[in-house]
Amino acid sequence: MPPTPDTDPKFTEYAHPERLVTTTWLAEHADDPGIVIVESDEDVLLYDTGHIPGAVKVDWHTELNDPVTRDYVDGARFAELMSAKGISRDTTVVVYGDKNNWWAAYALWVFTLFGHPDARLLDGGRAKWIAEDRPMTTEAPARERSDYPVVERDDSAIRAFRDEVLAHLGKPLVDVRSPGEYTGELLHMPDYPQEGAVRGGHIPGAASVPWARAAAADATFRPRAELEAIYAGEAGLSPDDDVVVYCRIGERSSHTWFVLTHLLGYPTVRNYDGSWTEWGNTVRVPIATGSEPGRVPGSP
Amino acid sequence: MSTLPPKLTELVEDFEAVGPSDRLQLLLELSRELPELPERFLDHREEMEQVPECQTPLFLAVEVAPDRERRVRLFFAAPAESPTTRGFASIMATGLDGEPAADVLAVPDDFYVRLGLAEAVSPLRLRGMAAMLSRIKRQVRDRSAP
Repeated sequence: MPPTPDTDPKFTEYAHPERLVTTTWLAEHADDPGIVIVESDEDVLLYDTGHIPGAVKVDWHTELNDPVTRDYVDGARFAELMSAKGISRDTTVVVYGDKNNWWAAYALWVFTLFGHPDARLLDGGRAKWIAEDRPMTTEAPARERSDYPVVERDDSAIRAFRDEVLAHLGKPLVDVRSPGEYTGELLHMPDYPQEGAVRGGHIPGAASVPWARAAAADATFRPRAELEAIYAGEAGLSPDDDVVVYCRIGERSSHTWFVLTHLLGYPTVRNYDGSWTEWGNTVRVPIATGSEPGRVPGSP
Repeated sequence: MSTLPPKLTELVEDFEAVGPSDRLQLLLELSRELPELPERFLDHREEMEQVPECQTPLFLAVEVAPDRERRVRLFFAAPAESPTTRGFASIMATGLDGEPAADVLAVPDDFYVRLGLAEAVSPLRLRGMAAMLSRIKRQVRDRSAP
């Protein structure tokens, strides 16, 4: 039987409150048999410096990505990964991580590609747990191996590919990178090596909403009304929209995908994980520079 | 291969001698050994250069002694919650601190490839290390100009 959802009053305003737990809830339920806590960080060494007791580590680079093709692991590899971590199909997975849950949200998005039924985020992530002086350990968890079924990845609902984004031009797009990356100026600084794109700017028509705006100072998600003001108010999105979000490689935009999908309840949000490292290197795709969304080719 | 200063050569050989998971352990140990920032920088963070490519707050300062060999001193500040960046900084501190400017400038820009970390740390993050070295070299050049 799945653990009871967290009934924190802030969560009840969200569209899918069952996708979040508080640090208090986790502290009470950490030892429940149906729960596995997963830490997923940007920093590959961070888990080893100390983690929530019992938490297993899932590394985005070595475990969720295919080692050769630029893609995620397939159903068989995901099943093996989950089994090795002691996660079953009916396990409640609680994911947390560094940097406002940036990589934790990415891991949760990948879990969703495989349709894992119950995956939740720890609101406030690693930073809040530590700020509250809750227990951390360097002791490796002893979890028994499980038998996770091979489920094929479904990319159709929440993942967008380049050609789909080309066809999507003119419909709502959200660029969640920093303002400097959005305008294109970051690629033009002299003598400063940059990550991977030969052209700077953004996909024409994309609204700029840096991902971390969804987080409060203590790394928790902002209350629903504040999120509505940012995404519906400033960026002009509405729940009827078909929305594509992107960043540089698809991790920061997973965070925004989580906000739009689970906190605001938008039913059709896809993450373009090829993101700027693909778009900014692709021959002849349209690009807009500067601080305005820019003109979409072929539109009046 | 003789272009690396002796302590950096030793570090690279340590990394080459072990498998991928032990390399991460080595990097973790190095991250713990990153020297504390001297007091004179603590209140003067603005005199340090930020390395934004590391995607985590890393600051570095370079001093070049006025002696004949123009020995280089390196100082780093990175938070405990960024152990990988601290580990990279520690490699620079252990391998290059106290070396003559000419030897620091002679370190190949891609020396970090030999550490064999690409399997465990994503290539995008590894570029933080390249950026760190290029910024160190630029400051060494600026500060040892006649």
